Amino acid sequence: MSILIDKSTRVIVQGLTGREGSYHAQQMLDYGSKIVAGVTPGKGGTKHLGVPVFNTVAEAVSKTGANAAIAFVPPPYAADGILEAIDAALPLVICIAEGVPVLDMVRVAAALKNSKTRLVGPNCPGVISPGRCKMGIMPGFIHKQGHVGVVSRSGTLTYETVGQLTALGIGQSTCVGIGGDPIIGTSFLDVVRMLNDDPDTHAIVMIGEIGGNAEEVAAEFIKKNVKKPVVSFVAGQTAPPGRRMGHAGAIIDGGKGTAKEKYAAMRAAGIHTVESPADIGQTVARVLGKSKAKSVSKARPKSKPVARSKRRKK
Amino acid sequence: MKIHEYQAKAILAKFGVPVPRGEVAFNKGEARDAAERLGTPVVVVKAQIHAGGRGKAGGVKIAKSPEEAGALAERMLGMKLVTPQTGEEGRIVRRLLVEEGLDIQRELYLSVLVDRTAAAPVFMASAAGGMDIEEVAKERREAILRETIRPETGFQSYHARKLAFGLGLSAELAQKAVPFLQSVYRAFLETDASLLEINPLIVTGDGRLVALDAKVNFDDNALYRHPEFKELRDLDEETPLEVEASKFKLNYIKLDGTIACMVNGAGLAMATMDIIKLSGGSPANFLDVGGDASEERVKNAFRILLSDPNVKAVFINVFGGILRCDMLASGIVNAAKELKFRVPVVVRMEGTNVQQGREILRSSGLNLTVASDMKDGAEKAVALAGGAR
Repeated sequence: MSILIDKSTRVIVQGLTGREGSYHAQQMLDYGSKIVAGVTPGKGGTKHLGVPVFNTVAEAVSKTGANAAIAFVPPPYAADGILEAIDAALPLVICIAEGVPVLDMVRVAAALKNSKTRLVGPNCPGVISPGRCKMGIMPGFIHKQGHVGVVSRSGTLTYETVGQLTALGIGQSTCVGIGGDPIIGTSFLDVVRMLNDDPDTHAIVMIGEIGGNAEEVAAEFIKKNVKKPVVSFVAGQTAPPGRRMGHAGAIIDGGKGTAKEKYAAMRAAGIHTVESPADIGQTVARVLGKSKAKSVSKARPKSKPVARSKRRKK
Repeated sequence: MKIHEYQAKAILAKFGVPVPRGEVAFNKGEARDAAERLGTPVVVVKAQIHAGGRGKAGGVKIAKSPEEAGALAERMLGMKLVTPQTGEEGRIVRRLLVEEGLDIQRELYLSVLVDRTAAAPVFMASAAGGMDIEEVAKERREAILRETIRPETGFQSYHARKLAFGLGLSAELAQKAVPFLQSVYRAFLETDASLLEINPLIVTGDGRLVALDAKVNFDDNALYRHPEFKELRDLDEETPLEVEASKFKLNYIKLDGTIACMVNGAGLAMATMDIIKLSGGSPANFLDVGGDASEERVKNAFRILLSDPNVKAVFINVFGGILRCDMLASGIVNAAKELKFRVPVVVRMEGTNVQQGREILRSSGLNLTVASDMKDGAEKAVALAGGAR
């Protein structure tokens, strides 16, 4: 199993015939994703990359039974594209575009509230359930099917994390790039919740960034509800306040949203925090080893490590 | 994008928000003439820089005659203002705003911004005007009133009434607050502002609400909808290397360390800065070359990194997704041919076409240090820059 997307996901590519849309749709097809339709207004009735093209999302849904869309549209048209997918009642829409105006996202967020749609992004690399479905721009070959869920605000730092995991032979259940903007469709909390409920996910890696308080909110949930081990890194420990670090959402504003605060909240939640981005994979390996040991020790409550730690407390 | 106070006030005035009468002045004569035209017994001469905290730093002065305004202008222009927001290096004053003096009865705080949690614009207001609102927020959270504007229904009169009565304004002033806040909200929406702050918002002796100071930041992502704002940009207020970088769509922020870094993606770029620090060094910059970087952009990135005199080593850390490692390697090789690398360069690449990329670097004959992973790269860069500090 996995979250959000799997082998049965039937994908619409919005902007299929564009340069970016074409390139990434081909990569997704090569990976084995089921792209059932493209949408490019004015090109309905044609075929592109062997995929039928429609004029509207609604038409694409009704003719192909698609249940997810990925939008490769330029930022000025991104809100329109997402709203069209919401209007077509698609369960999932992923928006890659970087540079969507914040006030456009305010309108989109309002429309999402009473809809059947979940939005991932914008300004994100997309979602991949390795070996099953890729909806995004991430390089597929660095992934490996397995049991670690990855959620991150950044693109290439997610690749870095996945690269470390795969190099250690640790596969992933689903990797979700939630995006680096201030307003995004799916939060850390949403993904952590889904990964926690997914029996195929045995551990969670959460890659945060400075700015906002989404990491803290997720940490609060983890503290109360998540038994699976969680490993976290927060980028921007050395970032100066008041400067936007590339992502519109990555800014220490009025002394809030620092890496220090986020790490403190995570530690308080029992999350395994990682100071160096080079140690993410190793930490997951260690924690997975430990959690197996823990389940063994649960079966045998009088095992030595537990007794020893108790003694130390006294 | 940031603009000056006088520009922000001109925008507010266009939307019907009352602001003091005033004129911008670039020299002594203009300041004197402006004060004369204003004709009020007292005028205020305000330094125009893209940073707050000007008053305490000596950037806001009162003049009782046009001559005094001229004299003040002479002293203030060219002056270096150091405020908590400018950092140690301060800012040179090149423009002044000369304004009518007003009879201030009360000072309030007002701002509009997008609340990321609520995903909606929010008004923030406080009776503690004129003060550093961040301090107020830290010490007395309850002293700040918040009013979220739902995009479905938009701004309503009750929003203004709640804020006005919450601030302890009289019924008469609360009545005036309705059109005032409505205009502020319209200005925020229609200019695609990311922050609109009026601090202080004053009540005058004759019972008017006036925006005595104003700060407007625009959402960079929405600037394409407002081509007219281009003229408002003041390049003197930006770091020269950052201005240069923005011409090539490079996301560059200058820092004060010695190890320059070139990275694809903002998150990885921040993580690279972090690991340099953890390895005992200090980053000279944040630089995201972007996922769609061309050889040309890589070359320009190099040129900009190397023009920072503090730089002692360069660390390139790229995880190729859309950005192919072979393209990056060619970009590095071409840059090396054109620009003289005066400092050691450490390259760590991974991802798409990494083998081809490594081969291009190897066969180039360039004296590059190749790193096996992120940590190795950071440590090598720190060592080459002269070791940990």
